Amino acid sequence: MTLKLGVPSKGRLMEKTFDWFSDRGIVLRRTGSEREYAGAVDGLDGIELVLLSAGEIPRELVAGNIQLGVTGSDLVREKIADWDSKLRELEPMGFGHADLIIAVPKGWIDVDTLDDLDAAAAAFRRTHGFRLRIATKYHRLVREFLRDSGVADYQLVDSQGATEGTVKNLTAEAIADITSTGETLRANHLKMLDDGVIHRSQATLFRGRRTDWTDGMRQTFDALSHSLGLGD
Amino acid sequence: MAAKTDIRAQAARLQAYFTGAGATVVEADILQPAEVLLDLYGEDIRSRAYVTIDPLHGEMMLRPDFTVPVVRMHMDSGATPARYAYAGEVFRKQEHEGGRASEYLQVGYELFDGADAAASDAEVYALFAEVLSPLGLRAATGDIGILIAAVEGLATTDRRKAALKRHLWRPRRFRALLDRFGGRSAVPDTRRELLKQVAAKGADALLQDAGPEIGLRSRAEVAARIEALQADAAEPPISASEVEILDHILGLRETCPNALENLRDIAVDLPAIADAVQRMERRMVALSDQGIDVDALDFEASYGRTNMEYYDGFVFGFYAEDRPDLPAVASGGRYDALTRVLGQGRSIPAVGGVIRPELVLMLTEAAT
Repeated sequence: MTLKLGVPSKGRLMEKTFDWFSDRGIVLRRTGSEREYAGAVDGLDGIELVLLSAGEIPRELVAGNIQLGVTGSDLVREKIADWDSKLRELEPMGFGHADLIIAVPKGWIDVDTLDDLDAAAAAFRRTHGFRLRIATKYHRLVREFLRDSGVADYQLVDSQGATEGTVKNLTAEAIADITSTGETLRANHLKMLDDGVIHRSQATLFRGRRTDWTDGMRQTFDALSHSLGLGD
Repeated sequence: MAAKTDIRAQAARLQAYFTGAGATVVEADILQPAEVLLDLYGEDIRSRAYVTIDPLHGEMMLRPDFTVPVVRMHMDSGATPARYAYAGEVFRKQEHEGGRASEYLQVGYELFDGADAAASDAEVYALFAEVLSPLGLRAATGDIGILIAAVEGLATTDRRKAALKRHLWRPRRFRALLDRFGGRSAVPDTRRELLKQVAAKGADALLQDAGPEIGLRSRAEVAARIEALQADAAEPPISASEVEILDHILGLRETCPNALENLRDIAVDLPAIADAVQRMERRMVALSDQGIDVDALDFEASYGRTNMEYYDGFVFGFYAEDRPDLPAVASGGRYDALTRVLGQGRSIPAVGGVIRPELVLMLTEAAT
């Protein structure tokens, strides 16, 4: 049995992942045509490269269809309930940085903290008759964060893209989204809350549960750990 | 894990016990409109309840409890007094491994009667105590009404009291607010800076400079909150002695008679709680009349502050002391405010509780 390593199938995340592994003596490469999602691993036997959408890697790891995977730490926390009992974070890889943050209109000069947001939400509900809407696609992470922070009288509305535009389009009053530089926020007249960083994400190498592993898979993993310098 | 048929039989036995006490059996739909529950419990309930999409009716929820549908049914039909019993599955999403059941049976008893709150509280509690008595459970009681009265009695602004009451059920945020209003934690830098700017330039100028007005929350709403912040900054802090009294109440854990004695003493300094303390005393008499050994009954003033957001008076729970891994075998309380929220103007004093028959069965089998 081979160990399957899931890697994002396109773009900068894939290239940076390839670079990260090759810096550690393991060459990942795509095979076949430019459009074919097939790959190979040189430098270590017993590993198979699987190219997948970064968003599907958490689920495939939990399902045991792949044993190792590279994906954003935000995606794992968002998509997998109780993720740390199912997956192991092996190594943060130092790229793909993005922060999941809460942002409100810049014109809300009275709102800088979660405490302000909570007070504004209470007043908003009294005035408008419904709970203040926060647009996001990170429902689990945002909900858990706001619960732990004791924010009430809000609702999450789903936004799978162009989330920064929802406030202007009157479908939300605030947003929770990924940002790396904050430029899109500024362009859309939004500002981050001072204490509204929900998660600082980066590309991370994860491992699934080892319950069904064969001896061969364990040996391959040990060799890989050694090459990558993982302290496992 | 007991067989479901056995749990169902246990549920039927408990329901028959409640109907024997005068309750009418009621049913509730498993699919409940999600909006009512979301507006009541907040977004948080999504992590605890199953939400599904109905093609015609939008978001629906698998009932996480019976209380809300039973209250709605009662408010529509109207006549009080009324006693209801029910039995059926409730559904609670579990987000952590090795956790608790996501689907289980609940048997409940709800009493709608405004005539004598103390007698109603005692009636419900005594019914639960009696049917659970063979299991030797530990009973916990509390009274959210005393906490609410204590907050209302603080010598501070209505706005601060409203903020504290709103977060009574979120102990961490409540503590943070109390520390701020009591001057024990500093005003956040951002707020101090904002108020300084407002004092120097005026709120209008700041709002003009802040960029375009986007979204539904208007400039007027922002200005109104700034005014509220200014007014609040001019208020003196809640006195240290009042914060101390509140802390004392929150930490109170005694037998009922000792707790009552304690609260009576506190009422000398905080007269606003006197009525609530008197209600507690009347309830103790009523419990005694029902044959409950009140002298041995525990009272925790903070009991029911988590996970029981709709309770606003007497609260109780029964626990298997040697099984701390199990949830409460039974729990309940008074929820007058909930009937006001769901009754759109009308309200009916109500108290009730639920039992988990599968735990009753498990503990009965373990005892024999």
